[in-house]
Amino acid sequence: MTCSEFLALLDDMIDSTELRTDLKEHLRCCEHCEVTLNTTRKTIEIYRSHQIYDMPAGLRERLHAAIMARCKKGC
Amino acid sequence: MATIQPIAGTNEQHPDVALVERVRAGDVAAYDELVRKYERQVFRIAQHITQNREDAEDVVQDAFLKAYEKLEQFQGNSKFYTWLVRIAVNESLMRLRRRRTGKMVSIDEDVETEEGSVPRDLADWAPDPEQNYSQTELNRILRKTIKGLPPGFRVVFELRDIQGLSTEDTAEALNLSVPAVKSRLLRARLQLRERLTRYFRRRKGVEK
Repeated sequence: MTCSEFLALLDDMIDSTELRTDLKEHLRCCEHCEVTLNTTRKTIEIYRSHQIYDMPAGLRERLHAAIMARCKKGC
Repeated sequence: MATIQPIAGTNEQHPDVALVERVRAGDVAAYDELVRKYERQVFRIAQHITQNREDAEDVVQDAFLKAYEKLEQFQGNSKFYTWLVRIAVNESLMRLRRRRTGKMVSIDEDVETEEGSVPRDLADWAPDPEQNYSQTELNRILRKTIKGLPPGFRVVFELRDIQGLSTEDTAEALNLSVPAVKSRLLRARLQLRERLTRYFRRRKGVEK
């Protein structure tokens, strides 16, 4: 298996805990692909665990008021 | 975080269906529940596309109001959230066009960036790279890094990897084909990884 073939299957590997034998075999002898797989997984994990865009304060209240105002015009 | 979970069994309804039915029957409190459930996710999608906080706030309001007004048109053959995302994406793109004085902006544009899908920087990362940065600094890095990607890549990454939508639901929400979603997701993941490597690489000698 070449690195390109391995990378083409990267998305399938991201979430799976058990890798196919040929993929495991490639990882065992290719440090570059191992680093790519691990750091890509880590990239997703970091973005998942950090709220980079917080909801602005007061948005919920403004939204609620706008919906209620719209509702009064006719639900 | 609320994610769209597949419903086991064919007869079980998604909980949103009951809420939508209550809203249609005139129960505005049920719509408040839908708003509370999805406002954060919709805000993040709007922020990813517009990259402007005020615009993103307006998008959230406009998208929920439009969804409320158009609720009769919601067929129920798609999920409520997928339908809502579609409205939010369209609203976000309209805002972006206004900022760019009418220049066409599209999610389905297949952007060929210089960074393709082949990793170039192969340096390994430090064991816990986040520890080298304060929370504020880390958030700044994460925002700056994802901002460098095309809008279509950012939204696909947000929907698939952060919000946990399936590839099929992401494709439906963005009006893209399944292969297009997969291609954008792979490139988004690899480009983010590559860009973050600049900050997180294992350093020789003493770690900061």
